[in-house]
Amino acid sequence: MKSEYIIEVNHVSKQFEDGKFALDDVSLQVRKGEFVTILGPSGCGKTTLLRCIAGFQVATSGDILLNGEDVTEMPPNERPVNTVFQKYALFPHLNVYENVAFGLKLKKIEPHEIEKRVKKALKMVSMSDYEYRDVDSLSGGQQQRVAIARAIINEPEVLLLDEPLSALDRKMRSDMQLELREMHDKLGITFIYVTHDQEEALTLSDRIVVMREGKIQQVGAPTDIYNEPQNCFVADFIGESNIFDATMVKDKLVHFCDHDFECVDKGFGEDTEVDVVVRPEDWYITEVGNRDEKEGPWQLFGEIKTCIFKGVHYHMTLLTDDGYELEVQDYHAFEPGTRVALLVKPEDIQVMKKSRLCNTFRGKMAEDNQVEFLDELWDVNERTADRFAVGEEVDIEVDFNHINLQDDEEDGTLSGEVYFILYKGDHYHLQVRTDDGDDIYVDTNDIWDKGDRVGIKIAPSWIRLYKVEG
Amino acid sequence: MTIKLIQNRKNWVWPYVAILCFFVILPLVLIGIYAFTNQQGEFTIQNFVQFFQKSEAVNTFIYSVTIAVITTLICIVLGYPAAYFMAMQSFRTPAVMSMLFILPMWINFLLRTLATVELFHMFNLPLGEGALLFGMCYDFLPFMIYPIYNTLQKIDVSLLEASQDLGANRWETFIKVIVPLSLPGVYSGIIMVFMPTVSTFAISELLTQNKITLFGSLIQRSFGEGGITMWNYGAALSLIMLIIIGLTSFFGNDDNEDINRQA
Repeated sequence: MKSEYIIEVNHVSKQFEDGKFALDDVSLQVRKGEFVTILGPSGCGKTTLLRCIAGFQVATSGDILLNGEDVTEMPPNERPVNTVFQKYALFPHLNVYENVAFGLKLKKIEPHEIEKRVKKALKMVSMSDYEYRDVDSLSGGQQQRVAIARAIINEPEVLLLDEPLSALDRKMRSDMQLELREMHDKLGITFIYVTHDQEEALTLSDRIVVMREGKIQQVGAPTDIYNEPQNCFVADFIGESNIFDATMVKDKLVHFCDHDFECVDKGFGEDTEVDVVVRPEDWYITEVGNRDEKEGPWQLFGEIKTCIFKGVHYHMTLLTDDGYELEVQDYHAFEPGTRVALLVKPEDIQVMKKSRLCNTFRGKMAEDNQVEFLDELWDVNERTADRFAVGEEVDIEVDFNHINLQDDEEDGTLSGEVYFILYKGDHYHLQVRTDDGDDIYVDTNDIWDKGDRVGIKIAPSWIRLYKVEG
Repeated sequence: MTIKLIQNRKNWVWPYVAILCFFVILPLVLIGIYAFTNQQGEFTIQNFVQFFQKSEAVNTFIYSVTIAVITTLICIVLGYPAAYFMAMQSFRTPAVMSMLFILPMWINFLLRTLATVELFHMFNLPLGEGALLFGMCYDFLPFMIYPIYNTLQKIDVSLLEASQDLGANRWETFIKVIVPLSLPGVYSGIIMVFMPTVSTFAISELLTQNKITLFGSLIQRSFGEGGITMWNYGAALSLIMLIIIGLTSFFGNDDNEDINRQA
């Protein structure tokens, strides 16, 4: 039975020898002829996923189907896929022609047929006059073209591209992007493209798969990914964004930056905590001047702090009267110090479900009013501790803003590293990874850098304990 | 004035120039002069004529080159797989293996050769051609393994993946990618083994108990036993060997370019 999809990745996990998961239960379906981009920061598992599809790595669990056939453990040379490698991987002992002909020669194809097809493939990548050149004498862009020709000449069902343009300069990159897209449309081959460059992903793809820490965050068309990110990570990673903690007052009404905004989202329930994204270019901005501020539809008021010329537009930061920092883009420049009013249309507010409302851990009561979780002992209030027997399992909750980060890691009960930072207008939301690999989420006004070592402390009164349900 | 002389780094080269002149250029010139003169110091090519007329000398020469070629071939056959396994990542003990290969090199090769002689005595094996080949391979195998190991190790893994990706199985990848890319190392290994084996004399004297005479021994005897009367002839023989070795290193120069190009 032929499958509707050319590639099906079903619950694939890849665990490395050190125990870390490069892929964590990844599922993905790709239709024939699609241009799918796997996008994510370095170390998110995107290359591992590609290498599992190519066959250079074997998934620890789950399976991969190609045209409905299980290829999870098939060696790469038997798979109907070809790869364009990040650093081209051209054979230095062969010239351009021999490199491109490599795959066909292995298939024992007639020499004149090979010649015809090599010429065609080189023409396709505009490298016709370079047949007998030494590959080392070519520029990066030319080498990349040869690498593409070498892959497509085998007429694979799927072409895998591993950050193929990352070594090229900006101008060359955008030219090659267009050519790749044209090539895809002309050849009708399915492309799976790995990149960390969000602009590249938005330009090229039919669909984008955003990955982080071995998990797929969101799959969707470029416009969906950009306009309707499903979580803060996607919103922050793709394009520039203002992200705020917000409360969904009721359907189509959301409260953030101390103001009620009309929006188009519903179904979150009443008084629900959510995250909100507004793109910098979606703000309408005007100078207030001597006008009455309450007049008109304007929603927020503030003062311009910085204004940077970005070519087509100006990028400004401003501080609202209620103390929230916003990023705004406009074709007009507003000088620092200018009083401005802001407006955002309901459909430009993207409301996202919060993935968590507070830190939750599972632990065990210890003696002397202490509770054990994250492999450490933490003091709790006597009144709280008295409700549980020593040794009893408990659920622990700690609010984001009640976790205390210390400069000196020795000062904390636990030490860790700042792993991910999100600015939410008036505070930072940090993901701190402990040395054992657990995550603690922290809201703070202090400025930390990614990679900072911190000590983690929690005051006894902010640790809430609950009986384990069920 | 002196300080200025030291400060100019170009002047640092002079001591080395002096050493080279005295210990390399001067001896070479002397060999040249001796080879083309007779005992009375008159110009002659008689020394070379003498060599080509003596079938015994020519035969020794051919025999020496043959032994060197065979030794080199055996070293390739034994050394390539060793280097290959050391370079493959699946064997996680390259450090240990390298150590074991390098360990014999800590001991002077004359001592090792003497030990080999004792080994042959112990097992009642005859000394002779077989022992000679064994001894030479034993002494020079590391010089074959190292250059090959070096080039193999530098091969980018993505090239092997690319080959597999394009449809080559392991064997095809080995023949079409790994072997061609490791050739510069093989060439270096050939030079490193061939050069010393073609001119050796101590190993052959010890391991064949002087039964087999190699070209190196011939030269050594011309200078050692013949007294001053044979020096001109010995110089001519040295010059012939120099040319042979020179030819093989030209062969090597091309490969060094190859290695540089790949790096």
